Amino acid sequence: MTTTLTPPQQPAPEAVPDDKARKTRGPRSARAGGQFHAGPLTYVILTLFTLGSLFPLFWTAVAASRDNARLAETPPPLWFGANLSDKLAVAWEDANLGEAFLNTTFVAGTSAIVTCFLSAMAGFAFAKLRFKGRNALLLVVIGTMMVPPQLSVIPLYMMVAKLDWSDQLQAVLLPSLVNAFGVFFMRQYLTQALPDELIEAGRVDGASTWRIMWHIVFPVARPAMAVLAMLKFVETWNDFLWPFLVLTQHGSPTVQVAVAGLGRGYTPDQALIMAGALLGTLPLLLVFTIFGKQIVGGIMQGAVKG
Amino acid sequence: MPSRHSIAASPVKGGAAPAGSPPAGRAPEEERRRAKLSRRWQRDLRWSPYAFVAPFFALFIAFGLFPLIYTGWASLHTVELTAPTDMEWAGLKNYVRIFDDEFFWNAARNTLIIGVISTVPQLAMAMGIAHLLNYKLRGSTFWRVAMLAPYATSVAAAALVFVLLFGRDYGMINWALGFVGLDAIDWQNDSWASKLAVSTIVIWRWTGYNALIYLAAMQAIPHDLYESAALDGASRWRQFFHVTLPSLRPTILFTVVVSTIGATQIFGEPLLFDASKGASGGGTHQFQTLGLYLYEQGWINQHLGRASAIAWSMFAILILIGLVNSVISRRLRASS
Repeated sequence: MTTTLTPPQQPAPEAVPDDKARKTRGPRSARAGGQFHAGPLTYVILTLFTLGSLFPLFWTAVAASRDNARLAETPPPLWFGANLSDKLAVAWEDANLGEAFLNTTFVAGTSAIVTCFLSAMAGFAFAKLRFKGRNALLLVVIGTMMVPPQLSVIPLYMMVAKLDWSDQLQAVLLPSLVNAFGVFFMRQYLTQALPDELIEAGRVDGASTWRIMWHIVFPVARPAMAVLAMLKFVETWNDFLWPFLVLTQHGSPTVQVAVAGLGRGYTPDQALIMAGALLGTLPLLLVFTIFGKQIVGGIMQGAVKG
Repeated sequence: MPSRHSIAASPVKGGAAPAGSPPAGRAPEEERRRAKLSRRWQRDLRWSPYAFVAPFFALFIAFGLFPLIYTGWASLHTVELTAPTDMEWAGLKNYVRIFDDEFFWNAARNTLIIGVISTVPQLAMAMGIAHLLNYKLRGSTFWRVAMLAPYATSVAAAALVFVLLFGRDYGMINWALGFVGLDAIDWQNDSWASKLAVSTIVIWRWTGYNALIYLAAMQAIPHDLYESAALDGASRWRQFFHVTLPSLRPTILFTVVVSTIGATQIFGEPLLFDASKGASGGGTHQFQTLGLYLYEQGWINQHLGRASAIAWSMFAILILIGLVNSVISRRLRASS
């Protein structure tokens, strides 16, 4: 599989004839726009898809503002009721969400930062340094991306049991640090964005590889590292299976474990469950609203094409 | 092969002796110092690449490779959840046991069906959306972010809201179907409807993400391809089928691979979609996937050895899919 990253900083010169945003970074700059202006039908269809995309989120909030009795009536509620703040407060208490937020922020944040640096280092080595076995090792990295983490949960569970780590955050944090996609992503980025001359200049000045990493590679890699950190944060924040296996709702849950635990019981309070789901989703939705443009750009940069 | 780096790499040696011979009259101490620096330089060039990739591989071996292999070892043992470190040799018993279990085959079938009915519409819709997003649009960032919102939503939150939307008696979807004159559908208990509902959660979460990937690939298609197609009098539709789709073939292949891997491990959706909160994927296992079956065997029935055998069977299935995939892609490449 031949794969390349859209070169974000070196747009192909022939592709930027009349684009005003010549020098701007990001995937839209060089080949911006389609071939045609959108007609009204395009907007109608896109609006429909957007409704489909946003409605479940909107309705989560609507349901969270109601109660079981109202949710068991036809027609279903389409607008907010009076209970939203109540339900949010109870869900916050019941699901231990305060602690869950701290836990998840810690795990996802640490995981994002650490994988980001490790990926940049390994990605730099794969992109620009020469060493025996480089291609073979790179193949291993790519192969790793294809193996679903689910296949490893049982021995990991045994390890956690042996080390007595259940309900401890390192049990979730450590396995999340393996990020083959990140290594590959950084390699693709650095191959394009980091000129060989820059490294050679560093060498001539007598800088060691490590100094080159600090003073040349990290500054160049910063935009890609930011994207990678965001993607990893989202992934770790939303991770479900493994945290669900090693953490319990009343030990030190992550947000997803806490939210999933809300639904248990004989007559579950649906509005309460929705309130929990809403709380668990809000932080990321907020981040997406603020950094939407960067996240979209990052995903599109990371898009792999042949 | 001498690299450009190693040529440019020795400023100490190169700077001191441009002609290749040491200038006379240097103190021997200076010489030694330089030699030492040069040795350090060589060591740095030679070994630091390994140091740079080492952290990743150390983590990968500890938390990726070792567990994967150990799963195979555990699958040949009887291991109970209550004492996960006591292993008793069982040979192939676990495999015999699960291959004899109709629920294993049921789960495999469900995984395949859910995989297909979630992946195919998802990628087809993503392609359509990407095509629309590729027009010159007002507020293009808004549309893109809106499509991506479900990606920000966790499996847990998504599954929980869809349980309500798919409710049999008071759910929004059955209510809406009522307007078109359709009877209420039992999304929990009906075999096909429940699979469709679980697939919907997957489709909802991942369509926008895939659309952005397709969009990125579409924007990388050179404009002159379209221009020459337009000169030849090709309509927009023909351009889409004869320029866009062929150019996207590698990307499509990539998304198919990723979605297939994702589909084999669907777990959270069917677990949380179950209104009775079990791990059996509904009363008659109608939407139990392999991932859920693995969880049920390992953590509800407490047979970790058996669960390991399921994991390795899934691994085998994935390798098989990978092989088929590479054969197909080679065919495609050969034919083009």
